[in-house]
Amino acid sequence: MMDALDIFATAGLWAAVLRIATPLIFGTLGALVCERAGVLNLGIEGIMTFGAMVGWLTVYHGGDLWLGLAAAALAGAAFGLLHALLTVPLGLSQHVTGLGITLFASSLSYYIFRLVVPVSGTPPTIEPFQPLRIPYLSDLPFLGEAVFAQTAPTYVAILLAFLIALALQKTPLGLAVRIVGENPHAAEAQGIDPIRVRIASVVFGSALMALGGAFLTLAAFNSFFPTMVQGRGWVCIALVVFASWRPERALLGALLFALFDAYQLRLSHVVGKAVPYQVFLMIPYLLSIAALLVMARRARVPQALMQPFRRGER
Amino acid sequence: MRLERRAHVPLSLAIAAPIGAVVAALILAGLLIALAGVPVFEAYRRMLIGAFGSRLSISETLTRTTPLILTGLAAAVAFRSRVWNIGAEGQFYLGALATAALGSKLGLHLAPLVEIPILMLAGALAGALLLLVPLGLRLKFGVDEVVTTLLLNFVAVLFVSMMIEGPLKDPLAFGWPQSVPILADMALPKLLPRSRLHIGLLVAIGLALVLYFIQSRTRFGLEARAAGLNPQAARFAGVPIGSILVRVALISGGLAGLAGAIEVLGVKGYVTTDLSPGFGYTGVVVAMLAGLNPIGVIVAALFVATMFVGADGMSRAMGVPSFIADVIVALSLLTMLVALLLANYRVRR
Repeated sequence: MMDALDIFATAGLWAAVLRIATPLIFGTLGALVCERAGVLNLGIEGIMTFGAMVGWLTVYHGGDLWLGLAAAALAGAAFGLLHALLTVPLGLSQHVTGLGITLFASSLSYYIFRLVVPVSGTPPTIEPFQPLRIPYLSDLPFLGEAVFAQTAPTYVAILLAFLIALALQKTPLGLAVRIVGENPHAAEAQGIDPIRVRIASVVFGSALMALGGAFLTLAAFNSFFPTMVQGRGWVCIALVVFASWRPERALLGALLFALFDAYQLRLSHVVGKAVPYQVFLMIPYLLSIAALLVMARRARVPQALMQPFRRGER
Repeated sequence: MRLERRAHVPLSLAIAAPIGAVVAALILAGLLIALAGVPVFEAYRRMLIGAFGSRLSISETLTRTTPLILTGLAAAVAFRSRVWNIGAEGQFYLGALATAALGSKLGLHLAPLVEIPILMLAGALAGALLLLVPLGLRLKFGVDEVVTTLLLNFVAVLFVSMMIEGPLKDPLAFGWPQSVPILADMALPKLLPRSRLHIGLLVAIGLALVLYFIQSRTRFGLEARAAGLNPQAARFAGVPIGSILVRVALISGGLAGLAGAIEVLGVKGYVTTDLSPGFGYTGVVVAMLAGLNPIGVIVAALFVATMFVGADGMSRAMGVPSFIADVIVALSLLTMLVALLLANYRVRR
């Protein structure tokens, strides 16, 4: 029988880590971009669900897998626009609006899905993304299987983390986003329109969230079912805090989190029935709370997070 | 053009806001019903019949209203003090579990008249304790309770799942994961014979009235409001924010736990992991539609229950997915937020 520590020596574990991390990377980056501009987006859970549904439906109706991702991103952007319009120019409570977006987007996903796919015994499936083996690298012993035989969106997610980190730090656009999130009045004095920057950031971030959801139906699984997002959105919100609002740390946080998740899945097979399986399933959520706790005082919060901006008001 | 806050919101506007919000939500959802290829007015007529068309449907709608009043109050009490308790779903489940455990043959075995109130209190206590954790984390470490309460919902349901497949499993349930049932004489008396409607509805309405009184007539009610409106000012005025918020959390979590307790005692008699079709999350919508007013919560809960029970009937009759009820309820939260803005502000040129 396999020992609890032997699990770490299997390439399968590390391959699973990257697979489990991918939706979290997309979602965390999305939430991070919104928050760096000063807007908390609790619509994430619903937007991920909607992305999962739209992506799947596009492919089910004969669309290409990449078209599925594009459709999901577009739908996510639309919900992002709704959240942004309500919270930025109208200045509504970001908490309650976000929750409303989540309830709306998830119930709409279930409604549309049921409308198109009637109840049946076995849910219909699609042909999901297959592992894209990187030439030469995937032939490496262990590392090849563990890292270089992932589906294409996983590589995209990792690349995005670095691109967003770079964009936030080194480009004028990134600077604008950061200033708006720290001090929108100073941004305005610099000739930046905080309202437009915030709306754009939320739209872009929400598109990323939807991609995270679409990964679930187009790569991790091959069908859509209600409640499949299973709180991943809330985990992403916690990971943003854990990452102290920095993209490269968000990548690290998502990977670390996925490592625990992948490990607990395998550990529960090793431990067998001695420990109820629910204990293992609780771990991701408890871990997220622990992450919040550890970072709560240390994290560098964007100073204008959740502060509505009104012109001429201080 | 700019927005200017009204110093005083007239009662007419405060009542018009939720009505306008609901109408707007129904119009928007009507587009989705049309998408299903079904005549919209006929669908809504079927919904009304489904919710109020017969003695049975009326009793079902009121049975569904009961937990929604309680989770709606749970959210309203908390939100009024800016305690963002989105964890009513988890608190509901823990309350239900505590009640089922103590009320079963494994439990207390007291006279029903003594035990039923104890069971309700136990459920409330379980819910309250679950909310104290995230509130404590906020007060001590500055952790945002929105995310922690949301995450704890999943933990709570998994805990319930663990218990009803473990020590509290009903051995007579043919392997279905459900808890041991409460003793037959612990069931709440029926309000209406030959229906599922039980006296829990009166408990819920009574609590709404009590809460209204506490909020408008007592020192604690005023302090709880001040703690939400402007914590800094309240602190300078000598309001002990920490202890006020702890009490608010006890009430809020307690109400959500009580909702679970009453659902077990009044309707189901045992706990499963699908005991709640989202009562906790829907409570947030109920509270917002009510403008956080406890009396308003009763009306808002009735509206939401009407949507859910009505949509089931409409779905059976016309084939529109019953998820349309969730869509209407979610939409009415968003439209209500906008309506509140319009009621609270006036547009100045």
